Amino acid sequence: MIKELYKPGSYPNLAPPKGTVGFYGWTKSNLFSSLSNSLLTIFSFILLYFLIDGIIGWFFLDAVFDADSKIECRKIDSGACWAVITRRVGQFIYGFYPDAERWRIDIVFIGLFFASAPLLYPDLPLRRWLLWFSGFYPFIAFILINGGLFGLVSIEINLFGGFMLTLIIGVSGIVCSLPLGIMLALGRQSKLTFVRSISVCFIEFMRGVPLITLLFVASSMLNYFMPPGTNFSILVRVIIMFTFFAAAYIAEVIRGGIQAIPKGQYEAAESLGMTYWQTTRFITLPQAMKISIPGIVNTFIGLYKDTTLVIVIGLLDPLGIGRAALADTKWNGLSTETYLFVALFFFVSCFAMSRYSLWLENKLNTDHR
Amino acid sequence: MFFIIGLWRNEKSRQIILQIFVLLFIGWFLSWLAGNVASNFSALGKDISFDFLSIPAGYDINQYLIEYNSRDTHLRAAIVGLLNTGLVAVLGIILATVLGVSVGIIRLSNNWLASKIAYWYVEFTRNVPILLQILLWHGIIINSLPHPRSALNIGDVSFLSNRGFYIPKPILENGIELVYLFSVIAIIFAFLFYKFSKKKQELTGVQYPVLWINLSAIIILPIMGYFISGMPVSLEIPVLKGFNFVGGIHMSPELSALTFALGVYTAAFISEIVRAGILAIDKGQKEAAASIGLKPSKIMKLVVLPQARRIIIPPLTSQYLNLTKNSSLAIAIGYMDLVATLGGISLNQTGREMETMVLVMAIYLSISLSISAFMNWYNNRVKLVGR
Amino acid sequence: MKTKMILAVATAGVMFAGSALASTLDDVRARGKLNCIINTGLAGFAAPDDKGNWKGFDVDFCRAVAAATLGDASKVSYTTATGKTRFTKLAAGEGEILSRNTTWTFSRDVDLSQTFVGVSYYDGQGFMVPKKLGVKSAKELGGASVCIQTGTTTELNLAEFFAANNMKYNPVPIETNSEAQELYKAGRCDVYTTDASGLYATISSFDNPSDHMVLPEIISKEPLGPVVRHGDDQWADIVAWTLRAMLAGEELGVTSKNVKSLASKDNKNKEINRLLGKDTLQGVTKLGLSPDWAVNIISQVGNYEEVFEANLGQSTPLKIARGANQLYRDGGLYYVPPIK
Repeated sequence: MIKELYKPGSYPNLAPPKGTVGFYGWTKSNLFSSLSNSLLTIFSFILLYFLIDGIIGWFFLDAVFDADSKIECRKIDSGACWAVITRRVGQFIYGFYPDAERWRIDIVFIGLFFASAPLLYPDLPLRRWLLWFSGFYPFIAFILINGGLFGLVSIEINLFGGFMLTLIIGVSGIVCSLPLGIMLALGRQSKLTFVRSISVCFIEFMRGVPLITLLFVASSMLNYFMPPGTNFSILVRVIIMFTFFAAAYIAEVIRGGIQAIPKGQYEAAESLGMTYWQTTRFITLPQAMKISIPGIVNTFIGLYKDTTLVIVIGLLDPLGIGRAALADTKWNGLSTETYLFVALFFFVSCFAMSRYSLWLENKLNTDHR
Repeated sequence: MFFIIGLWRNEKSRQIILQIFVLLFIGWFLSWLAGNVASNFSALGKDISFDFLSIPAGYDINQYLIEYNSRDTHLRAAIVGLLNTGLVAVLGIILATVLGVSVGIIRLSNNWLASKIAYWYVEFTRNVPILLQILLWHGIIINSLPHPRSALNIGDVSFLSNRGFYIPKPILENGIELVYLFSVIAIIFAFLFYKFSKKKQELTGVQYPVLWINLSAIIILPIMGYFISGMPVSLEIPVLKGFNFVGGIHMSPELSALTFALGVYTAAFISEIVRAGILAIDKGQKEAAASIGLKPSKIMKLVVLPQARRIIIPPLTSQYLNLTKNSSLAIAIGYMDLVATLGGISLNQTGREMETMVLVMAIYLSISLSISAFMNWYNNRVKLVGR
Repeated sequence: MKTKMILAVATAGVMFAGSALASTLDDVRARGKLNCIINTGLAGFAAPDDKGNWKGFDVDFCRAVAAATLGDASKVSYTTATGKTRFTKLAAGEGEILSRNTTWTFSRDVDLSQTFVGVSYYDGQGFMVPKKLGVKSAKELGGASVCIQTGTTTELNLAEFFAANNMKYNPVPIETNSEAQELYKAGRCDVYTTDASGLYATISSFDNPSDHMVLPEIISKEPLGPVVRHGDDQWADIVAWTLRAMLAGEELGVTSKNVKSLASKDNKNKEINRLLGKDTLQGVTKLGLSPDWAVNIISQVGNYEEVFEANLGQSTPLKIARGANQLYRDGGLYYVPPIK
């Protein structure tokens, strides 16, 4: 049925067949390509319908955003009672940090943004200068949060709480666990028998026991292991435990990276006469770190999420604040609202971290295979 | 002096010297810790002894897989707790595997909508702390399900209330042995048939529908035994008596919330592992399989999955391990697992924090070390021979 | 000797300065603050107010000890503990006093190596139920779900009570009073059991307290009191006499209002003089306290009656009657050793 003959190369660009493009085509190939697929689609639509219908009504339309107690909420409307959050939003962010001093925490939050930016984005303008700031940031933050210097009022640690506490534990844990993790990973690969076995014992112990038992030891039993009369703050102990715990996982991730480096690299380094530390510095770590970045970020996300466990030992992170709010007889029974709010906070921050990790992975992907 | 410098310059002896220093430091550090414990304990008049394990515990536990009452020993309470940990871990692992594998496969399907829903499910669950999810599920069960007196009635045999889920309990009577016997026969048959068909396939290329035949054998034979022996199983149906339902199998809100949260959370990770495992198979493999005329389902079964399994199993095992460790968060909602019994109430009633924590940690450590040992063995077994 | 030196140097160098031999009192003085372990939240005994300041009967006792030792009742740093973590925290040195409605028992005193210095509140374990359940006696509770704080004597009493009455029950273990309140309100448990004072405190915090009732049975003796670590008799004496000074204050009619004027004059009742440091009491310096220790306690915190009434009494939502917690002369159990 050839209507016309065309010279080679002069065949006109015909439109693609109907049914493979446009809305219809897309729907057909992506939603209804086969019987089972169609069933799956219909099922998904039903699921979505109930989800959205329930969520929108409960979350927004029927929700109450301001009231004095749960009973009052229920009088106003039938949906979620967000008043438990809105009435205590300050506590969720700053814990029991005194109202008059909260500006210090605001500065710390803003500072964190500027301090982490140059570390996270290598192409940032003025990066060199900002890096200086990143280096000094921990000290600035410590002074601002803790007070007691430069005329700042000293704030007791048991007033810390909320998102601020999550960030303190999370960020300090992340910053301290990376170097320790690298050391442990190198120790585990070391030729020195004792160094290796100590690293292995440490890593396996930390990975083998649940974090909450470690936290219990840190919070209640650590003084048994210290000389009589020693006393140091619960927050420091918790951070140390989180650091150890995360370092063990990071060590394993980096070990994977080290093992993925071809043997020829080491042989080449050795033939150039490089020492162990030179090899480690210029050959092993740069390559291993690049491979293990996604794993490391995942460990960080895990650490960040695990900070909620501090409620077991009585520190008031957002979850702890939420539980304290629920313990208030005015708000008894609003656990869904409270927990969902805290969940949203963690979701936003963890999702951002995992997106960043994906971005970095693509950027560093200089695979020549 | 030169001798020392010489020793330092020689790599072998330098390593030995370094190691001795490390060893000395660690030895000193450990003895320092032990010395502190000893002096603190003697100052407090405490000692270290595991005798408390054999005295009566005195407290009740709301869920026990082996007989237990408050007059039993702390040791037995600890075992009850360990079994409870095991129970929630097994239930959680089953749920997580089923859900995780399905979600992983759905994410790879070419159904846009389903795969998007699966994607958001994974992102939502794995980016929210597990403790929060446990509390959330527990709160939902406690606050939104009705009181037992107005429980949701499912066919007059199962009941759902804020005291948990009650289902009928099978009571085994005389003659049940025949059902056991038939089950054993079915399993032996299934195993032999599997071997036989595999051999047949290797020799002749003929394939039998092994799965279907074995599955029906395993289901039909025990049912036959059940009818032949005169139906020796009766059901104990839960009834509302006094405050609560009595009889039947009871799944408490704590157990349900924990199983559900752990399962849903771990499933998100498992689905990613499954997806990555399947994606990691070289495209050429699938194309080659297709070019020799295999159907898509056969490609999955015979080419992709056997290779993906090698990639999937190690991280999957460590997810199972994580789930087991995460089950220790049970303490937040009052599920009586090992940490809540031995590391919780027993610790407090006896004041033996050092001993109980050492035991709890040792138990978790041995579970996780034996699983890692298994994983290493498995890795070695399935490792591709290096080229 | 040498190892000791190395140890000492390393200890100081590696981490934290701490003096091994200092007494508890010296530690507290050096720090300038008393560390006190209290409840995570129980109305009337220890609960934070809107501004986050701890208030309550147990809290006031901590303040009294701070007043006696440091001269300032506000110099207290509070550490909260659940029923489960309190002894561990005390033993491990998280605080100098455990003031958290803790029952005095043989095994806790002897086996856990702690020192109970006295009783600050005589209590007993009871049950609380919603009225609509229609239960009139604890003997009718067979088969009920019972909310119970883990790590307490109530847990053991409960097991014994139900075993003795041949009843089964379903324990719902919880960590803190507020959790119990939540689960009880949601209907997860039919009954909540704890010390009767705790039950009244819980009911008082409900929106409609009249819908709930405390069952008549009291199934145990619960003498509650402050606890200190074993081994420092001086410190135990200080804490014990702080409590006695508050009781003596009530007995002698010394209140926070009149204590200053009584202290500045010579009273007819010489016991008042001795209590308030007007007449020298030989042992006070031996205890390491200043002569005006009791003046500080009573002026800054109050005597026993004032503390009780301010936190638990008829003017509070709890409305707990003194009952056994009166002086012996009023028919109660407190018989204070003479201040001589």
